[in-house]
Amino acid sequence: MRNIGYYIREGIRNMFSHGFMSFAAVGITVACLVIMGTFTLVAVNLNENLKDLERENEIMAFVDDSYTEDEARALQETLEKIDNVRLVNFITRAEALKIFQSEHPDQELYQDLDPQILRDRFAIRVESLEELRETKEKIKAVTGIADVNAYENISDGFITLRNVATVLCVSLILILFVVSVFIIANTIKLTTFDRREEIAIMRMVGARNSFISWPFVYEGFLLGIFSAVVAFLLQWALYEGVTRGVAESQSLQLFRILAFSEFWKPVAGSFLAAGMLMGVGGSLSAIRKFLDV
Amino acid sequence: MIRMTDVEMEYGNGTEAIRGLSMDVEDGEFVFLVGPSGSGKSTLTKLLTGEVTPSAGRIMVNGFAVSSITDRKLPLMRRTLGVIFQDFRLIEKKTVYDNLAFVMRAVGASGKDIRHRIPYVLKLVGLEDKARSFPNELSGGEQQRVAIARALVNNPETIIADEPTGNLDPERSWELMELLVRINELGTTVLVVTHEKDLVNQFSKRVVTIDQGRIISDQIGGYVGGSIHA
Repeated sequence: MRNIGYYIREGIRNMFSHGFMSFAAVGITVACLVIMGTFTLVAVNLNENLKDLERENEIMAFVDDSYTEDEARALQETLEKIDNVRLVNFITRAEALKIFQSEHPDQELYQDLDPQILRDRFAIRVESLEELRETKEKIKAVTGIADVNAYENISDGFITLRNVATVLCVSLILILFVVSVFIIANTIKLTTFDRREEIAIMRMVGARNSFISWPFVYEGFLLGIFSAVVAFLLQWALYEGVTRGVAESQSLQLFRILAFSEFWKPVAGSFLAAGMLMGVGGSLSAIRKFLDV
Repeated sequence: MIRMTDVEMEYGNGTEAIRGLSMDVEDGEFVFLVGPSGSGKSTLTKLLTGEVTPSAGRIMVNGFAVSSITDRKLPLMRRTLGVIFQDFRLIEKKTVYDNLAFVMRAVGASGKDIRHRIPYVLKLVGLEDKARSFPNELSGGEQQRVAIARALVNNPETIIADEPTGNLDPERSWELMELLVRINELGTTVLVVTHEKDLVNQFSKRVVTIDQGRIISDQIGGYVGGSIHA
């Protein structure tokens, strides 16, 4: 590895001596990274919002009529011990009636109902909707629980929506990645085309392929890192801008946007990794054709 | 040392460039390879440097079987050769010194070796004061001498010069040939490919004439006349 200094020096020199090509390669990598990044961040936020919605989905467990309120309250502990149960909230008949009445304020008929016609109940929220059915069965099996009401159809809908969104995002990101590598390979191919004379001379004097390739690999590596840094800053600015826009908008209040600070590390990490991979992959595929005899 | 036995070369398009050619060049020899355009001279050079593989026959260059060489060994074989081209093929963006340093680095020479070797080789070709110049600041003759210095810098066993005087005026051509003869006298085998009859005739060296892919004469002292080479 006596030549390592030379490889790095050459890589850096090449980057500057082919200014326009480097600029083009960086521009394209940045564009690809930001597009992929934006897509992923939108997907993450969407997923987070869907999860929020899922959490709102409650199972209602009705207590047997013959139980007194105190007996009913005692069931809370048992329910909390069931797997996948996140939150158990006891609602007395009186409270249930109030909720019911507040949901139908215009219906006078409901206003003087006797709470005794309703049952004490638990509002239960779960960790994962995927196991809703089993959880429902377990709750039903608890002595003292007369009936359980769960909206399996709604939760199934959420699960499908989230799965579709995930598959869609992952495949789009993969396609974008492949396209990016291809574009970068072509850009670097142009810079090697510029230097085919130099490569031909190296080959003629008996340079090994590795000696010829390393400066290009370093060049790709440096371009990749540089692009990743630029893309990260751009992504950050973009995200903050969108966050502010959503916060100010009336109609988008329902959306909860995650703060950039919550995931800047994985974003920076994946940008760096993707940038380096694209840069090195691009340069390797570009020089391969010049290394044939 | 070069040993070619029954070499044939047919390109993909059916052109038969070399037809059953056998030729030996011993260590320390100086040989002119002459012939008209299209006689197969260029193909012969490419066969010797491993750029193309023969369709039939066997080629040995400095102990390497070039006709069946592996990709791994090809660079090692090329390190025993110094190749000079008609169009010099210097890297315009590098100084004379860097043009030489870069081919030494390519074969793994140390910085110390590079600093010692380059001034010596530049002195040999008479360009010791041009180390910091760029190729486009030099005349054609000077550029070709840089190319010779580059061919010499890795101390090759054999120098192959492909039409080295093609871009030079007669006087510069003569000087260049003198330089190659001097290098040969220092012990390097030299093979000069050319079609310049007058120049060849001024030296009493072995001349191999090829036409249509075959050797038509192999003798000392020029295109015509002279003794038959044993």
